[in-house]
Amino acid sequence: MELLNTSLPYLLPIVYAVAMISVFMGLCAYSVLAERKVSGWIQGRVGPNRTRLPLLGHIPILGNLMTGLGLFQPAADGLKFLFKEEITPGHVRKSYYYLAPIVALAPALTTMVVVPFGRYVDADGVMQPLVLANVDLGMLIVLAISSLGVYGIVLAGWASNSKYPFLGGIRASAQMISFELSMGLALLPVFMWAAAPGSEYGMSLFGVVQSQQSAWLGLWQPLSALIFLVALFAETNRLPFDMAESETDLVGGFHTEYGAFKFGLFFVAEYAHIIIGSAVFVLLFAGGWNFLPWLADPWGDGLIGALLSVGWFMAKVFFMIFFFIWMRWTLPRFRYDQVMSLGWKILLPVAVGNLVLNTFIIAIYDTLTR
Amino acid sequence: MAKTKVLERKPLTFAEKTFLPQIAGGLKTTFATMLQKKVTLQYPEERPNIPDNYRGVPTLVRDPNGREKCVSCQLCEFVCPPKAIRITPGEIDPEAEPDRAHVEKAPKEFDINMLRCIYCGLCQEVCPEEAIYLQDVFSLSGYSREEMINNKEKLYELGGTLPDSHYKWDKKKAAEVAGNSH
Repeated sequence: MELLNTSLPYLLPIVYAVAMISVFMGLCAYSVLAERKVSGWIQGRVGPNRTRLPLLGHIPILGNLMTGLGLFQPAADGLKFLFKEEITPGHVRKSYYYLAPIVALAPALTTMVVVPFGRYVDADGVMQPLVLANVDLGMLIVLAISSLGVYGIVLAGWASNSKYPFLGGIRASAQMISFELSMGLALLPVFMWAAAPGSEYGMSLFGVVQSQQSAWLGLWQPLSALIFLVALFAETNRLPFDMAESETDLVGGFHTEYGAFKFGLFFVAEYAHIIIGSAVFVLLFAGGWNFLPWLADPWGDGLIGALLSVGWFMAKVFFMIFFFIWMRWTLPRFRYDQVMSLGWKILLPVAVGNLVLNTFIIAIYDTLTR
Repeated sequence: MAKTKVLERKPLTFAEKTFLPQIAGGLKTTFATMLQKKVTLQYPEERPNIPDNYRGVPTLVRDPNGREKCVSCQLCEFVCPPKAIRITPGEIDPEAEPDRAHVEKAPKEFDINMLRCIYCGLCQEVCPEEAIYLQDVFSLSGYSREEMINNKEKLYELGGTLPDSHYKWDKKKAAEVAGNSH
């Protein structure tokens, strides 16, 4: 018993981390299902509806419903990747080739640590975020680590030692550089408003959510929100910006030479980035777990309130994931030079202008209210 | 001479240059599609509606009296472009089938190799007895090449009875009995 008490402070974070990774990987698997289902619906199809697990699938009505919704499909998809033959082409650079999928997935799982997903009221009546690590530099960590994800793609492109993956990797790196700039610049006004000098939150994501209790930042910083959203699509390599794997001109892009579970890791990594990106967008611009604009927090203080806040936050994240998929089937893929000119010639100047404008507004506001 | 219509191309407005209204319109379209009725046919459970005159697997049919119509004239065998049909003609035993003795011939063997068949329907078109029909079976499979050759029994099993009203051979017999056969 004493051993348990002494080891608990070390054990508990591990338990939390494992629990969160399990939930997160589950979300990734079901995002893949969502992608397949929503793609089907938008194309007038029904999507996967055949996979049936032995016991669960044979519950009278519920089983048919779950099968029809394809709820067992992720298991089949995952097992398929797991049991396929692992093929390593002879011409690849072995160690980097194996490293690349891991490098692609790890950043998304790392950024998850600082992303708050709900709030609870602690014993002293102070509102606290539900998060693995509530750090003051939350947003900075997200930006710093999530952009490492592109290294996995570049590494894959280079290690594959073949021209199409190489082109995919090059495109991914160029795209990352051009959109990362606008993304960072679009975020600055947000934190200039949310974390004014003297505020206790700094760059923590919890602070941004708390500052949105009246109006959501997306409503009165629409330009920042738009630039961030566009950059997010580019950063997560989603259509219309999926230059790195544009299958019409690059076969499979950076993962052309990958198969079986290594490809599965890339696949999961893409959705992990989408989920983290959606979560960050919701936290920054869509009020996090705040109920509606100007109707902040109807959730109670207790456990139910905490769960409700998590639920509402997840609902918003799910809508964002849906939006990603929805956008995929709405816009055609841009040409590579169009993506570059959008990033450098439009988004970057607009982001700079937005930053300058907000600086002036804050300066004038401070002078007037002093 | 038709009058050439010159389209006026206005410069894009600011809203159009940002593409945002167009993207919103696109999103609306895709969302509306999502709510529409699905076009998917749940295949093995639901079967497609086969139109009349569909050219499926060729089959042999019987007349309403349950007698085989084919007289093994071999026209289909000769016309068949991929040479999928093979007929071994045989005589009708007058003792065994007295009411068909005047037909004289019937196929002893009738094989259609479904690995060769191109579903062109020429056999059906050429048949003077309306004995061979391409019906609505569109999916067939087998584990070996031998299994893919439809023999006579299989062909009649697939074909069934054709409810035609010609009764050609009955009329012929009646004419023969009346003494005015050609």
